[in-house]
Amino acid sequence: MRFAALIPLLTVLLLAPLVASAAPGDALTIPVAVQMQPAELAAMLKAGNAPPILQVGFSVLYQQAHIPDAQYTGPGNKDDGLLNLKTLVDVLPRDKLVVIYCGCCPWEKCPNIAAAYKQMMAMGFTKVKVLYLASNFGADWVDKGYPVTRGG
Amino acid sequence: MSRVIVAMFAVLLTLPPAMAANVPAKAPVKLKVGDLAPQFVRGDLQGRIFDLKAQRGKIVLIDFWASWCSPCILAIPHLGQLQKKYSGRGFQVVGVSMDDSADTTNETMQKIPFNYPVVLGDAKFGNLYGGVLGLPLQFLVGADGKILAIWSGEFPPATLDKGIAAALKKISPG
Repeated sequence: MRFAALIPLLTVLLLAPLVASAAPGDALTIPVAVQMQPAELAAMLKAGNAPPILQVGFSVLYQQAHIPDAQYTGPGNKDDGLLNLKTLVDVLPRDKLVVIYCGCCPWEKCPNIAAAYKQMMAMGFTKVKVLYLASNFGADWVDKGYPVTRGG
Repeated sequence: MSRVIVAMFAVLLTLPPAMAANVPAKAPVKLKVGDLAPQFVRGDLQGRIFDLKAQRGKIVLIDFWASWCSPCILAIPHLGQLQKKYSGRGFQVVGVSMDDSADTTNETMQKIPFNYPVVLGDAKFGNLYGGVLGLPLQFLVGADGKILAIWSGEFPPATLDKGIAAALKKISPG
């Protein structure tokens, strides 16, 4: 076997620790039953009865556009982000509907959402919904024409 | 002070959404194939200046990436290979890091060798390119500075290779 043929395999092996550190959570473990489709949340926003919404992703994305009234917690793949999330939701009744979302990258590659969901569950929240953004926030929310707030 | 801020956020969470403050801002112009790639000049993290306009005559791949984006990280070695293979034919990759901090990008760059310039992006940069609201995202820019292709999300490396090869054929047959 030529060495060149081994390059892709070696590359994957070398980058594995970095990729693993970028994706500590696994969105595929989030039950379908707790996932919320974008259209459903958009309808709630339109009707004026949206629950508290938390963006558990990255600041540079939130600053460009986010769901109206969504609070920024910081990324779920960082201790600071999880701590902010905990502090922000601690005042809420545990049976209150709360929506969390990220949308930084394709659902199954998101490093934040599963960790944030687990945090909410660990705190005893019983009605957490996770916004299902298959590709990313841009493609699955903004490009669909759903409402956004621009700027941080 | 920080406790006051946290308390204010906590109160905000309990308010009905309509009562919370919005900061209206203009939506960025969504870019499409054929548009002129927005001009930018930025210092790269390797200590040089990257000027997009100065690349006219070359095929440029603008790769928006971040340390937290695993598909982006996995693509970097392949982009490096393309840079090496085609640099003599007028091809240039430029990485735009969308990390929240330069430190994070620098840490990543210590772990992965980059053979092409990397500049730091931010929300303003994202808006310049129509809103970078998810990664991976790449723009292929032609020799005339116009966008030849926009690739968003995950796709096979062959798609990228084919697009770049086709673009290069126009400026440098062979």
